[in-house]
Amino acid sequence: MGARHSLAVQIAALWMALFAGAHPAMAQQKTLDLVKARGQLNCGVNTGLAGFSQPDDKGDWKGLDVDVCRAIAAAIFKDATKVKFVPLTAKERFTALQSGEVDLLSRNTTWTMSRDTTLGLSFAGVTYYDGQSFLAKASLGVKEVKDLAGASICVQTGTTNELNLADFFRSNGLTYYPVVFEKNDEAVAAYNTGRCDAYTTDKAGLYAERLKLGREKDHVIFSDVISKEPLGPAVRQGDAQWLNVVRWTLNAMLNAEEMGVTQANATEMLSSPRPDIKRMLGKEGSFGKGLGVDDDWAFQIVSQVGNYGESFERNLGKGSRLGIERGLNALWKNGGLHYAAPIR
Amino acid sequence: MQLSAPAPTQRVIDWMRTNLFSTWGNMLLTLLGAWFAAKLIYAAIDWAIVRAVFQGSDGTACEVAGAGACWPFIKAKFGLFMFGRYPDAERWRVLLTYALAIAGLVPLMSPRSNGKLRASLYLLAVFPVIAFVLLSGGFFGLPVVKTQLWGGLLVTLVVASAGIAASFPLGILLALGRRSELPIVRWLSTGYIEIVRGVPLITILFMASVMLPLFLPPDATIDKLLRALIGVALFSAAYLAEVIRGGLQAIPRGQYEAADALGLSYPRKMGLIVLPQALKLVIPGLVNSFISLFKDTSLVMIIGMFDLLGIVQQSVQADTKWFSPQTAMTGYVFAGFIFWAFSFAMSRYSAHLERRLNAGSR
Amino acid sequence: MFDRLYDAKFRGIVLQVLLMLGLAVFFYVIASNTAANLARQNVTSGFGFLGRTSGFDISQKLIAYENTSTFGRAFWVGFSNTLLVAIIGIVLATLLGFVMGLARLSSNWLVARLATVYVEIIRNVPLLLQLLFWYFAVLRSLPMPLESIELWGDVFLNRRGFYFPSPFDGSIPHLGRFNVEGGTVILPEFAALLVGLVVYTAAFIAEIVRSGILGVPKGQREAAAALGLTPGQTLRLVVLPQALRIIIPPLTNQYLNLTKNSSLAVAIGYPDLVSVFSGTVLNLSNQAVEVILITMAVYLSLSLLTSLAMNTLNARMALVER
Repeated sequence: MGARHSLAVQIAALWMALFAGAHPAMAQQKTLDLVKARGQLNCGVNTGLAGFSQPDDKGDWKGLDVDVCRAIAAAIFKDATKVKFVPLTAKERFTALQSGEVDLLSRNTTWTMSRDTTLGLSFAGVTYYDGQSFLAKASLGVKEVKDLAGASICVQTGTTNELNLADFFRSNGLTYYPVVFEKNDEAVAAYNTGRCDAYTTDKAGLYAERLKLGREKDHVIFSDVISKEPLGPAVRQGDAQWLNVVRWTLNAMLNAEEMGVTQANATEMLSSPRPDIKRMLGKEGSFGKGLGVDDDWAFQIVSQVGNYGESFERNLGKGSRLGIERGLNALWKNGGLHYAAPIR
Repeated sequence: MQLSAPAPTQRVIDWMRTNLFSTWGNMLLTLLGAWFAAKLIYAAIDWAIVRAVFQGSDGTACEVAGAGACWPFIKAKFGLFMFGRYPDAERWRVLLTYALAIAGLVPLMSPRSNGKLRASLYLLAVFPVIAFVLLSGGFFGLPVVKTQLWGGLLVTLVVASAGIAASFPLGILLALGRRSELPIVRWLSTGYIEIVRGVPLITILFMASVMLPLFLPPDATIDKLLRALIGVALFSAAYLAEVIRGGLQAIPRGQYEAADALGLSYPRKMGLIVLPQALKLVIPGLVNSFISLFKDTSLVMIIGMFDLLGIVQQSVQADTKWFSPQTAMTGYVFAGFIFWAFSFAMSRYSAHLERRLNAGSR
Repeated sequence: MFDRLYDAKFRGIVLQVLLMLGLAVFFYVIASNTAANLARQNVTSGFGFLGRTSGFDISQKLIAYENTSTFGRAFWVGFSNTLLVAIIGIVLATLLGFVMGLARLSSNWLVARLATVYVEIIRNVPLLLQLLFWYFAVLRSLPMPLESIELWGDVFLNRRGFYFPSPFDGSIPHLGRFNVEGGTVILPEFAALLVGLVVYTAAFIAEIVRSGILGVPKGQREAAAALGLTPGQTLRLVVLPQALRIIIPPLTNQYLNLTKNSSLAVAIGYPDLVSVFSGTVLNLSNQAVEVILITMAVYLSLSLLTSLAMNTLNARMALVER
């Protein structure tokens, strides 16, 4: 019947799974094969961050991180809707990936060395170059980070933001009073009710929160940043094929923007004479096979989800209420940092 | 000389003299108490009615200086608080489930009813299946409603009821185990009960939400709601076991010996003779455990689920449309009232049962 | 040979062996699944992470701690914060609980009614909701920091805390750029948690005290009155000492509950053990298994210690009776 994910099935599966044991064959099974066999991609996303992943009124997930998940589903299944979004808190996210509950984590997660080396993660690339900054009440008259000496600052616990904050103030010999919360909503609420003078997170997050707070003129976002926050999708270590699928999906979205292939013109671009476009869209060579998917994988990505620039503008840029400039996230040709490896 | 009955006013004055103004100290206490009570009642009425806002479609209506409760917020969010994001068109299924639960509870709770056995069987065996089919769907053409969409009071009631139902058999086993003559069984049961009772529920919920996935082989996943349920059931089993053990201890030795003399096996002795008597004795205790569990359910909020408290908290903190100085207070007062009404009603019922049981045994 | 199956003793042994085997298999499966899950992805395990640099700051610390300290040090900071709120909470809840319990039995009708209303409201509302109420709703009505209420000379109150001259280093609080600076501060997170725990637990203690006192035979009170003792003396010398014997065991349970309930601090940002260790440290080290096991072990030990202390007290109380 229709109850594929019903609780009864789950309870039964739980017991069977528990006693099936972790035999080595299962442990080494390739993620791509698992995903194909399952018929859908399990993608870990943020529980709600405007522009990155947020359910709309109808419960449809929207955002840049969400689009990455959809693009991967499009590459594998030729159907961008075959994704199950698993909203994860900051605390659950890594365990969910390690335990196999999700196939990848596309949840505005900062790529750091320790996450690569001790958490068993592999980052597939960078979807968004961000930096940590501060949101403060305009009435305080503060403009840059050093003005915040002696201030109380709200931050979400367990994030790189919390660590950067401590590092920055310590290395500059400034005092501050941390007020930490388990959930982002709580940290923002505490800032909003005057428990803190400032709230800190990655800049894109600050834009999203300021939008939510309303009365945008009452809050300032500092222009300087105190950290580098390259955000990107992460997978489990030790599965090179799956890492490739995620990495090249991202590269395809970037390359498509660079070549001018968009969701609207993807079909006519199939007959483009340019060799790089022909290689990407599967008209020349057999690049998809090596990835473990069909050769029209990139065509499916672009025609169903769009290229990187389209997704950016739709979710974070001009097409969204956030109105964030491309800045660092422009292509290298336009002065940004996105420089995708070529498909050849 | 004939004494006439004192006039009503005289009686009131006498009552007040003995109960309120017997000594100077008492008088002072009364005045203080009266002042305090008056102040409290005045503040409550002032906030909830006099200065409260009743009309409006977003938070700006409640942003008036000195405004009290923001009732339009509750009105706008009522459906969300009761059902979460359970689809509008399917909400009759939740209501029907409630109605079916009440249909089973009424004969069980009314003092003079013959259908008690049938009602308990219905509640323990038939109702859970019907409730499950109705709520999650997938059968008989009912569309599937994923548990991610469940929320509010619905989740609170589901977690508390399923938690108590699932922990009940385990609690009986643990109680029997703790009184068993087999040393290993006894040690294991005692160990489990004492460990679980020694740690906060929140650590058990963390374990269920963060560690449980690690216990399973890769690609085996469990629903978030189910994870919370497992945590709650494991926790509540230890407390139920202690309540049931109290009942077992109250059964006179002669009952055990008589059962042994009849040559009954252990399962039959317990199942037919001891447990029915013991469980009847501990019904008030069980109701009290259910009240605790009902209140403790609010902790699932901390692991990111949206029970009644979780969804109220999310609405007052993250729904910018309704930001106003009194939104949070209004939301908490509303949630508090719902929790209070349920718990208070149940605790009255349990106190009533206790009195009846005591009367019977005298 | 065959009739041994009907021997209760033999069956008992078989049952227990089977149970042990079942449990062993159960734990083996769980352990091997976990180990496989972790090993497969190269996740660090073991307790070595306790020596790693933490990197984060904590708002309230009773022992020296900086963001260059270790995770192990952070654990002790959280642990001491839990102890602080639990100990102060137990003392205050006992006081309030006894007052309320006596008030419920007061001959003054109004006082008894008020105490009943208090108990019936507080007991039936979840503690977590009460904590959120105190923290996010009540403390919000305090003034903003730069409009602090100056209570006496150097004592300030605002929604960032309660500031008074430090009894340790003698620094005096004064208005700074953002907020009151210097002095010693009671953080609103601590205040909300303490008030919430005390008010909630006291309602249960009040009921325990009430039934304890009702448990003392009426004759005792009448005899005391006949001896010419005042009501105050009767309570202090005759009723309470006897009631305590009934009160202490359930009171112990309430102390344990308060200690365990202090873990709800995580919801309002007070840096207790669960918030610092099972929260921040777990997030940063991601060693869920180790962190949760340590946390549980700590609460278990606290429970055992409290029961031990209260059992000793109980034994001494019982000795008063000859």
